[in-house]
Amino acid sequence: MANIDVNGTSVEVDEEGYLVDRSVWNEEIGSHMATIDDCELTDSHWEVIKFLREYYDEYQIAPAVRVLTKAIGKKLGKDKGNSKYLYELFPYGPAKQACKYAGLPKPTGCV
Amino acid sequence: MSEGTTKQFLYVNRKAPHGTVYALESLEVVLIGAAFEQDVRLAFLDDGVFQLMKGQDTTGIGTKNFAPTYKALGDYDVNKIYVEKESLDERGLTEDDLMPLTYEDEDDDWAEKSSIKIVSRAEMADLIDSSDVMFNF
Repeated sequence: MANIDVNGTSVEVDEEGYLVDRSVWNEEIGSHMATIDDCELTDSHWEVIKFLREYYDEYQIAPAVRVLTKAIGKKLGKDKGNSKYLYELFPYGPAKQACKYAGLPKPTGCV
Repeated sequence: MSEGTTKQFLYVNRKAPHGTVYALESLEVVLIGAAFEQDVRLAFLDDGVFQLMKGQDTTGIGTKNFAPTYKALGDYDVNKIYVEKESLDERGLTEDDLMPLTYEDEDDDWAEKSSIKIVSRAEMADLIDSSDVMFNF
C-alpha cells in the first residue's frame, strides 16, 4: 500500500497504483494518477473512463479489453470501438490503464 | 487462438452464493476462461440455483454483491446457462425468480436472446457426460 498526494489530500493506492477505496474517486484523482504516468487526459480519454465507471456500476466488474472494445464501439461508434484507437489513448493497455484512472480495480483476468 | 481444438468446458455450480467464496470464484474463472474462446457452459444445480436469484442484497453481510456480474456474461460470449428444474422445484423456485440473463446473437442481427435454459436432471446428466472438461464449484 502507498499513498499519493492529490492537491493536499492523501489518497491510498495499491502497489500498482490502483485506488484502494473506489468511493473516494473524483476526476482530480483520475487526472493526478495520469500525470504520474506522464499521460494528459483529454475529452477522448474521459469518454472511455466514464464508460468504464458506468459499466462497473451496472455489472460490478471492469470489463476485459475485448468486451470493452466491443461495448465502446456500440456506444460511441465504430471509429472508437477498435484496439488501435483505444491503445493510442491508453498505451499501457486500455482496460488496465483506463481502469486505474477511473478508480476501478484491475480488470478480472488482467495480469 | 486459431490453432488447437475447441473443448467443451462445463462449470458446475452447486452452492448458495454468499456463504462461501465458491460462487464468486467460479464466476471469476468463467470470465477469465472466456478469453480462451472455448465452448463454455455453466450449470446451476442444488443450492447453486440461488446464485441466479433476482434481488440479491448483501448489505447486511458486508460483502460485495456480485450478482449483477452474471448479467455481463453475455458480453463475454458466455450464453449457455443451464439451470436444473428439479433443483428449482425442490426450493420452491421457478424461472421467474431468476435474473433475466441475455446475449445478443451475432448471427441473427444482434437480436437479444435468453441465455438461460431450464433442463431436467436427466438432461443435466447428459450435459455433464458430454463435456470434455468439468470444473466443480
